Amino acid sequence: MTTARNGFATARNRFATARSHRTTRRFAGARSGITGVLLAAALLAAGCTGSGASSKGEEAKAPDDPKKVSGTIKVLTHRTDLVQDGTIKKYAAEFNKTYPNVKVEFEALTDYEGEVKIRMNTDNYGDVLMIPAVIKKSDYPKFFASLGGQAERSKKYRFTDFTTVGGKVYGQSPNGGTPGFVYNKAVWEEAGITDWPTTPDEFIADLKAIKSETDAIPYYTNFKDMWPLTQWTSANGSASCDVQANNKLAESDPWADGSDLRVIDTLLYDIVHERLIEKDPTTTNWEGSKPKLAKGEIATMWLGSWAIAQMRAAAEEAGTDPDDVGFMPFPAQKDGAFCPVMSPDYNQAVSIHSEHKEAARAWIDWFTDKSGYADDNLALSPVKGAPMPDVLKPYEDAGVKFIELDQTNAAQVAEIDNASEVGIYKPDYRQELVDLARGARKGSLEDYFADLSKRWTDAAKTAGS
Amino acid sequence: MTDTASKAASKASVGTDRPGRAGAPVALPGPAPRSWRARLLRGATPWLFMAAALALLVTFTYAPVANMIAYSFTDWDGVSPELAYTGVENYGDIFTRPELFQVFFVSLYYLAASVVQIAAALYFATILSFNTRFRNFFKGVLFFPYLINGVAIGFVFLYFFQDGGTLDSVLALFGVDTDRAWLGTSTSANTSLAGVSVWRFMGLNFVLFLGAIQSIPSELYEASELDGANRWQQFRHIIAPGIRPIITLSAILAISGSLSAFEVPYIMTGGATGTETFVIQTVKLAFQFNKMGLASAAAVVLLLIILAVTWVQRRLVPDDKVDLV
Repeated sequence: MTTARNGFATARNRFATARSHRTTRRFAGARSGITGVLLAAALLAAGCTGSGASSKGEEAKAPDDPKKVSGTIKVLTHRTDLVQDGTIKKYAAEFNKTYPNVKVEFEALTDYEGEVKIRMNTDNYGDVLMIPAVIKKSDYPKFFASLGGQAERSKKYRFTDFTTVGGKVYGQSPNGGTPGFVYNKAVWEEAGITDWPTTPDEFIADLKAIKSETDAIPYYTNFKDMWPLTQWTSANGSASCDVQANNKLAESDPWADGSDLRVIDTLLYDIVHERLIEKDPTTTNWEGSKPKLAKGEIATMWLGSWAIAQMRAAAEEAGTDPDDVGFMPFPAQKDGAFCPVMSPDYNQAVSIHSEHKEAARAWIDWFTDKSGYADDNLALSPVKGAPMPDVLKPYEDAGVKFIELDQTNAAQVAEIDNASEVGIYKPDYRQELVDLARGARKGSLEDYFADLSKRWTDAAKTAGS
Repeated sequence: MTDTASKAASKASVGTDRPGRAGAPVALPGPAPRSWRARLLRGATPWLFMAAALALLVTFTYAPVANMIAYSFTDWDGVSPELAYTGVENYGDIFTRPELFQVFFVSLYYLAASVVQIAAALYFATILSFNTRFRNFFKGVLFFPYLINGVAIGFVFLYFFQDGGTLDSVLALFGVDTDRAWLGTSTSANTSLAGVSVWRFMGLNFVLFLGAIQSIPSELYEASELDGANRWQQFRHIIAPGIRPIITLSAILAISGSLSAFEVPYIMTGGATGTETFVIQTVKLAFQFNKMGLASAAAVVLLLIILAVTWVQRRLVPDDKVDLV
């Protein structure tokens, strides 16, 4: 699980950006109404909810002279692996060549989301941090200093849409990724398949061929570890090649005929229903699945470009050829081209409570532009016009068209998602889908989609009011 | 005179000394505030002894509970610095959504399992209270699982139930080839999980029972043996009535435990395949859907349900005083 988080967290992250406005009242007013003296005392003792009183809307300006910025900044990161093997210190040393007077300290958190979320109730959550997925977009100005206007930043950087509130950008991802199938080339070739499937039906046919021609498990669900199932949602947009796919979630029924999520979920249902998966999905093991894919015991897994590096490492460890690890887009095309979605990893932001905002800003700028972090991780660079990483060379050859989904309704989508308790970026509904497909749960797919639709559209009616 | 008075006062301040109390009136001629202080100190002494424990209890038990109750009347999402008071809306929400209570069906598995658990614990406790060979060894073996962390147990049993895992291998040794996914269907998964909880908690019941059984005076056994009672009769007429309060306690713990089963199913299945319990559902509401207010209300409702069940149980089975002799 940890290793997975070390890579991209695109799904979670897109979720992060999608939070909403709500009419809220200050807690201080509410408290007296609901608690007695004793309760208030207990509340005080526990000192729970953060103050929220801070210099809202402040900007972390980029320093003019690198030599003049000084101070010690603390960077909270989810990359425990980089901190442990010392790689992150090398970045800091490199950074200090340009900014000699800034001292950078790192704090790696294994359960990044869980711990940072709680720390954000206080003023002490580092100077630079990755924006946790749970933070509502509309709350960004309360927690983070802005990095500048969107109009200006979007000229240079991708993904600014994801953290923009009121025209100001609050975070910048140091790398991006794209969801897709990680597959074992040797196994697919052994089954006689040379071209990427272009439709879901073709994909199923290919998996069937793998099942009959080889000993490999055609598709591995990673059901028990749950988060791999959530990755399927990030195919949203790839099925229809529509940049408005995310906005449409808020405007229409996501499981209506022909809509992205329905296509995606139907594909997963069919894969499971046709028994093209592992024998017992309830006891799968993510760490164990990596060498299995590398060795060709597993043919395919839906993950993301972030997983390629890990699979290659697993191949080297298992003594097989890392070049056998392939990557392909969701089987859908428009005008003869695949259209994988490009999305950011965790966005880095400057804490509104930081005492060295200039230094913190300098770190973010340097880490995004000059650190080479994206290259090191075989990931997409957030800087516009930067070359593709080598691992996506086959994408270039195949002439795929990357798309970025419009995030206008992101906050609303997240609100509907929570209100309906469907959780499109949560594992539960897909686990139920898999159970349904393999017969461990009664009911038909149609009824299941109808139920999801109803919950979603009901919530959509009341959300945002 | 003042000297004796102050001595008496200081004696009194220790608070454990009987004569000190008698000495207090002697202090009357001395300065009044001093004796007042002495009395205050004496009153405060037991509290001072308890201060550390009370501080911990209040900080880590009562304050969070009070906090939770307060949150249950708000729409807090768990992180936002702002929250709004919504009155009893969350409670209204819970009681108008019957699907939230459907998960209690899963508790029936755990309830059935706890009957097995109590019976087994009683059986072992009775046997090991007699002079059995290696009985200390067996006591250790039976109690051991309770000492293991619940999360670790979850992981251990994941391997146990895996396809081709420990259970399958052991069955294969006996020539049984089941080839089934133990956690694959709702019934099978819940039964397996309930089995794990029996394995885990039987040790606790066992120790409780054993302690109670050993507190029964040995003359009773001797007397019954002289009267020609066999083991079953000893159990039926001496042990069972002798440990009735402990059995009642175990039953209460079993019911509240099955209503709030969490660790093992959460680690092993995460609530998938129809193994979701009420607590797992609450955790998901709080941390997946950021409905901290609603989840707090659900937690309060669970607390009330458990209190109610316990109350009913106490009414049905009153806790009579045990009188064996």
